Amino acid sequence: MPSAGVESLLQQAREIQNGELQRFCSRVSKLLQEDPGPATIDALQRLFLIVSATKYPRRLEKMCIYLLQNTLCLPTSPEQLQVLCAAILREMSPFDSLALSCDHAQNTRQLSFVASVLLAQGDRGEEVRHVSQRIFTVLENRQPEGSSVRHLLPILSKVISLAPGILQEDQTNLLSKRLVDWLRYASIQQGLPHSGGFFSTPRIRQPGPITEVDGAVASDFFTVLSTGQHFTEDQWLNMQAFSMLRTWLLYSGPEDPGTPDADDKSEPEGSTLSVLSATSTASHLLPPRERLREVAFEYCQRLLEQSNRRALRKGDSDLQKACVVEAVLVLDVLCRQDPSFLYRTLSCLKALHRRLGEDPGSERALVPLAQFFLNHGEAATVDSEAVYQHLLSRLPSERFHSPMLAFEIIHFCTYNLALFDSHFLGLLKMSFPNLFKFLAWNSPPLTAKFVALLPALVDAGTALEMLHMLLDLPCLTAALDLQLRSSPTPSERPLWDTTFRIPSCLEAFRDPQFQGLFQYLLRTKASGSMEGLTPLHQLLQPMASCARVAQCAEAVPTLLQAFFSAVTQFANGALINQLALLLLERNDSLYQVPQYEARVHRVLSSQFLALCKLKPSLVVELARELLEFVGRVSSIHSRASMFTCVVWAIGEYLSVTCDRRCTVEQINKFFEALEALLFEVTQSRSSVDLPCCPPEVVTTLMTTLTKLASRSQDLIPRVSLFLSKMRTLAQSPTTSSMHRKEDTEAIRIRATELLMLLKMPSVAQFVFTPTVGVCQPRYHRDTNTALPLALRMVSRLVEKEASLLPG
Amino acid sequence: MVHAFLIHTLRAPNLEDASLCRVLYSCVFGTEKSADDPRPHGAERDRLLQKEQILTVARQVESLCQLQQQACGRPPTDLQPQSSDEPVPLHEAPHGAFYLAAGDPFQEPKIVVWLGVLPLGFALVLDIHENLLLAESTLRLLARLLLDHLRLLAPSTNLLLRADRIEGILARFLPHGQLLFLNDQFVQDLEKEFSAAWPR
Repeated sequence: MPSAGVESLLQQAREIQNGELQRFCSRVSKLLQEDPGPATIDALQRLFLIVSATKYPRRLEKMCIYLLQNTLCLPTSPEQLQVLCAAILREMSPFDSLALSCDHAQNTRQLSFVASVLLAQGDRGEEVRHVSQRIFTVLENRQPEGSSVRHLLPILSKVISLAPGILQEDQTNLLSKRLVDWLRYASIQQGLPHSGGFFSTPRIRQPGPITEVDGAVASDFFTVLSTGQHFTEDQWLNMQAFSMLRTWLLYSGPEDPGTPDADDKSEPEGSTLSVLSATSTASHLLPPRERLREVAFEYCQRLLEQSNRRALRKGDSDLQKACVVEAVLVLDVLCRQDPSFLYRTLSCLKALHRRLGEDPGSERALVPLAQFFLNHGEAATVDSEAVYQHLLSRLPSERFHSPMLAFEIIHFCTYNLALFDSHFLGLLKMSFPNLFKFLAWNSPPLTAKFVALLPALVDAGTALEMLHMLLDLPCLTAALDLQLRSSPTPSERPLWDTTFRIPSCLEAFRDPQFQGLFQYLLRTKASGSMEGLTPLHQLLQPMASCARVAQCAEAVPTLLQAFFSAVTQFANGALINQLALLLLERNDSLYQVPQYEARVHRVLSSQFLALCKLKPSLVVELARELLEFVGRVSSIHSRASMFTCVVWAIGEYLSVTCDRRCTVEQINKFFEALEALLFEVTQSRSSVDLPCCPPEVVTTLMTTLTKLASRSQDLIPRVSLFLSKMRTLAQSPTTSSMHRKEDTEAIRIRATELLMLLKMPSVAQFVFTPTVGVCQPRYHRDTNTALPLALRMVSRLVEKEASLLPG
Repeated sequence: MVHAFLIHTLRAPNLEDASLCRVLYSCVFGTEKSADDPRPHGAERDRLLQKEQILTVARQVESLCQLQQQACGRPPTDLQPQSSDEPVPLHEAPHGAFYLAAGDPFQEPKIVVWLGVLPLGFALVLDIHENLLLAESTLRLLARLLLDHLRLLAPSTNLLLRADRIEGILARFLPHGQLLFLNDQFVQDLEKEFSAAWPR
């Protein structure tokens, strides 16, 4: 379908002017008043497009609307016409001048079309109530004229989901009774074919019994997994009834779980009452709601049994799996509404769990099963443990590539966070490497979910391991890709990018030398230890341009932010130190995906500063490591942002006010190291291999040196000398040729400011090492101690000094 | 229950295509009662909001599908069969699901299940407690029926002017947004019924 044609047609439909539209409406009105023909259909199709193509309202001629409504309800209208009229009216909805009512509908099929229009009005005129009243009128009248009741059930389902509370008690009971009939007592004989046709024999062939999906004769009552050549009306209703069963049970369930009924049946094992409720004779005496629950239970049990059979047709096989999921969901609802079902349900489900995973696609039932055990697990801790292990340990490592399963499992984890007990949470936290496989393989739809999930996964014991894993997430993507390619039993369709060939990486994956590292990367549980994966970064370099790896790399910065905001909530001093060291260490060893390094560096630097702010004494405690970090001049350019942040942090937090253990020796040692660094940086000439040092680094170094000098005042003369040299250097012609004008200007101005401040050592100390009180707003509002006053005085003094200086 | 079904354009990744994502067909099954709005033209505003919500879903499906296609390395013309008589391998088509939080853009949280058959995308907007496996197979079924009965991938057809067929299919296979447990025989019967009412 050429998109240009679509585009132009949509454009035309949108741009039709009002006058032309009204003329078209008149034409439509004329056609509707005549006998329906292909011209009518064509005109209505166009009218539908015109109405639906724009999000702004289209006002049609009153006569046209009237005729559309009329045609919809005529007994003689062909289905095609009815459908179009209903569709046009629905597309215009909600709109105010609708004059349609379900009383006009001649049969249930028409009622269905009319209802679709009425329910689209947003219940402005109590349409939902009218529709439901009409439906129940039809239901109560046991012999509906015209077509069948099966068109009504979906409407009812929609009605109760739009407006819960709209049905009355007797209506609810009526429908519950009917549902029992349809679900349990549908015919087990096949239906007759609709019409004989020219070649059919005159004698009526006896319809045979319905069969199971594997061809065997049906062993019990009819369900959606029973099949045959033709279906009877009540068998259609059986299918419809099951389709809406869960919605209905939820709707008509007990409001108050503390009713007398629930109290009596609260003991799941061994009580005589629960044994009695298992027999069907007693159940006939139950009120409609309870009877329906009993029948629903039997239906689910039958479905679970039927799903064991080997279906002959693929469509039936797929339906079996969907039925298993639905049966578990319905059983969950039943047990919530009536705990006496729990005893019988648990034995069913234990058998189910054993079968799951044998058939590809059947493992999808694991998530509703886990949900069931989450809701009712106190009764069966052994079984629930097995299910959770399967869900968290086996499934992610085997099926990380299935987008639907990934979504369901992660949705399950995020949705139920409030319900998890400490045991399950512990399991979840230990399984984070496995869960990250989903994220690594398919990051775009899952990133937001993981951001919500991370706070629950982060734990003091595994925080460092998790941070390493997050930084190596693109490696994990590459490793998973290699795992799939190397798999001995490949799936029918390659799940990886077949156009991307990486023979060297495949070799490395199979090389026994690197087995340990790859196994560590692909582990299913948190191991508590940390392995350096730097060799893998090198080996997996060819895969860095793979699209999937690039997509994962894009998600990592967001995840890192989420990780840090979670971990800083509870991290103690020791953990903060370890995290800071990790940031420094990993800053230089990242997997080289294009643009990944730059983005991650930005995040790591800002998080380093955040950690320092959280715990100012960090700088003093990690003085040795920080000194080592700033000692290496060769790689400043490649890690400029982290370097700048570390230098700034040193200037800010290496003081007695932040940590009493800070000594003058430490300050002096840092001073010397930074001074030497700044000297080297400014003296070296830029070349192709060693680009110019960024100006921010220079100014930060200068500022930090000044800050340190203000604390250890013997250093002031050295710094002043250095700064005036810097100022001269910034103005020299050689420097101007190497750097941009704004940069040299910035360096010169900063050097001047710092020099000025150093002329008044006590002021410098005040400015660079403010006491805690200075940061309080009160300090600035209180007119007696206000900082502005002090600053004004200082600036006047500085101006006076500056005017006396040459140049 | 299904809140909405939509068909929209899906551009292949890597193509220099400046056109926008267009919703070609959408059906919202029933509208919830909106909050009391004293301003006039509340009905029109509601309709506008609904249309924009659907467009948001379509755009998101398109971008996720493109990302998935890129990640799998599938060339853009992979799923366009030369002759429309060949069955389209729907079980290999890109597909997925994503979550829409409350307020963004629907009032209640929703889950969207989508299927990409270039150049079209199909999506179902569901309530969050739905049976996703059934939703997935229903969506595949709808896509198969629509592709077959409307011959959507043949160059000359135009989906925009044949909404009645789409409505006919939806009325049978997803009536009022109700997901149905249809075994193969039920599907065949409904298809026969549809073909009788809408001869090709």
